[in-house]
Amino acid sequence: MDLTCLFRPSSMAVIGVSTTHDHHPANVIYNKNHLRYPVQTFAVNPKGGRLNREPVYRSVAQIETDVDLAVIAVRSRFVPDVVAQCIEKGVKGAVIISGGFAETGDKNLQKQITDLAAQADFPFVGPNCLGIYSPEAVDTFFLPGERIIHPKKGNIGFVSQSGGVLVDQMVKFAGQGIGVSAAVSIGNKACIRETHMIDWFEKDVGTRVIAFYIEGFERREGREFIKRTQTCTKPIVVLKAGKTARGIAAASSHTASVAGDYRVFSEIMAQHCVAEADTEYELTSFCEALSCYPKGSSGHIGIVSLSGGHGVVAADACGHHGLDIPEITGQTADAIHSRLSPEIQAIASLKNPLDLTGSCVDDDILTAVRHLSRDPHIDCILALLLPYSPGISADIGAKLSQVARNEGKPLIAYVPKEDKYKIIIEGFELNRIPVASSVEGAVLMAKALKRCHPC
Amino acid sequence: MLTPHITQILESARTDGWVLEPLAKKILADRNLAVPGSVLTDSKDTATKFLADCGGPVVLKAVSPLIVHKTDHRAVVTHVQDPDTLAVQMARLLSLKGCDQVLVEEMVSGIEVLVGAKNDLQFGPVVVLGLGGTSVEIYNDTAIRLAPVTPSDVTSMVKALKAGPILEGFRGKPGVNMAALTRMLVDFSHLVMDLEPFFESMDLNPVMCDSDRCVVADARIILLPES
Repeated sequence: MDLTCLFRPSSMAVIGVSTTHDHHPANVIYNKNHLRYPVQTFAVNPKGGRLNREPVYRSVAQIETDVDLAVIAVRSRFVPDVVAQCIEKGVKGAVIISGGFAETGDKNLQKQITDLAAQADFPFVGPNCLGIYSPEAVDTFFLPGERIIHPKKGNIGFVSQSGGVLVDQMVKFAGQGIGVSAAVSIGNKACIRETHMIDWFEKDVGTRVIAFYIEGFERREGREFIKRTQTCTKPIVVLKAGKTARGIAAASSHTASVAGDYRVFSEIMAQHCVAEADTEYELTSFCEALSCYPKGSSGHIGIVSLSGGHGVVAADACGHHGLDIPEITGQTADAIHSRLSPEIQAIASLKNPLDLTGSCVDDDILTAVRHLSRDPHIDCILALLLPYSPGISADIGAKLSQVARNEGKPLIAYVPKEDKYKIIIEGFELNRIPVASSVEGAVLMAKALKRCHPC
Repeated sequence: MLTPHITQILESARTDGWVLEPLAKKILADRNLAVPGSVLTDSKDTATKFLADCGGPVVLKAVSPLIVHKTDHRAVVTHVQDPDTLAVQMARLLSLKGCDQVLVEEMVSGIEVLVGAKNDLQFGPVVVLGLGGTSVEIYNDTAIRLAPVTPSDVTSMVKALKAGPILEGFRGKPGVNMAALTRMLVDFSHLVMDLEPFFESMDLNPVMCDSDRCVVADARIILLPES
């Protein structure tokens, strides 16, 4: 199924615009795409007329040119007819925003559109969804552009059963400086489902990590999802909602009573190296880390800090998340010690977590990270940087990134997220080294790598 | 693939909703899972002869479509060594509700392990490994994997259990024969794939594992409701 028509349309029809009601969802969608996206946009309403001095077509058939994408925002009972008209016109695919289908119990109406589309090989997203945000290409969210926070164009493909969660997660991605290749709310997923999205993002060169918010799968759909993850070469992250036990009343076997829905979900994801995030915050951290290091690690962490306290906090968090802080070899400790600035040679603690003290300078940190990277017991390094320390320069991000690239082991940095430290953060991020805004966040990034080892 | 014989066992058990232990063990034995030597009988003489032939203690179990959880009904008698006890307990078990025959089995010992399966709505058949016995729900120390499983899945399941060290051998005590446990779980996981149209959940509990072998001491197959 080719979904280019949905994610990178050249032309789109917005069906169901109102000539009297400016805030109608279809009008919001028409306006934002017409004004701000590189897609030729047509408004459609059976009454015709004009919208913002542009013609309103009475039907999609009247549009003179080819149409790649139809955004359908009419009342549910009219949707089958509109879908049929789109197919007749040769429209390549649709986003059906309208609600009033399976989610309200009307499975027949939903089946009508599913059958029509299946016969015509006509892909559609929805119904009952926000649809697609594809940066610099198209945006079918019926939320005014000035109200929502768009993440920049980036490399995370995000798919959500819930439109609300999708928008909320986009705010979090934007806050952490994470960009999306596309964000899709699949709603009732009557046609396009999670499995199709794995196929699309797998082929999409702009996507490095595929993330899902999942409420539940239909009968045996989880097995199909897992099957697709096994042939996908990109890391997959899931956030599951609906974790509380249900439907296990009076189980007649031991197995049925211990294997509740969520435990089955969670353990199967882990079995197949799908990284499961426990919270929205973890999802964000996982996406950032895995977009930089798809190959993962075994979870043996070396920690470098400028403060003993930060090292202990990080070590505690590592323990909590099942990460190991191994002892470094004597050879590593000697190599670092002999190259440290004379001022800190006597006071630095070279046991993992390493404390270089507030008197260290850039070169001490570079030395520590370089030699930790060469230690056979360590396969991921956390650098906890406190930029207020006087010996740390604004170049530390770029310099440390270079060391990490040369040594080839995953490096994760913690830098307080403040405007004045932006040059350090960019020094890392522009070199594709992930930066967390908290010590806990840095540890979660390391956890993501451990959980997705075989990718 | 299921043999016609097994399909017939499953079809005929549909009305009860579950497969009685002797038949469940037939299904397992057919797929080379080890089960204890046994005789199914209502005759004291046959049972006594079985005791004499096998030479060791036997277990007596009431076989009744009305008794799912045998322990709750005192429907299992272990360590039966002498013909007198056997006679008394046979008579008592045959008086339990719905019990026409008694399963007389060689008694096997070892570490009690749970090997289970569930036909999950979202994922289809999954297998479960844990320490067995009647306290499974209390400790809830189990590992779940999508069926069918590979030997490396079984290794990761053992590692995932808090009780993993007990299975691997702990403080001088021998562990279980890991190759036998692995083979059993892998074979069982392929069986449950074949049983998908029929079963809702399955317990092999306990499976008795020692350093030589793993033997299914009790088995129960709960069937899907007839559609």
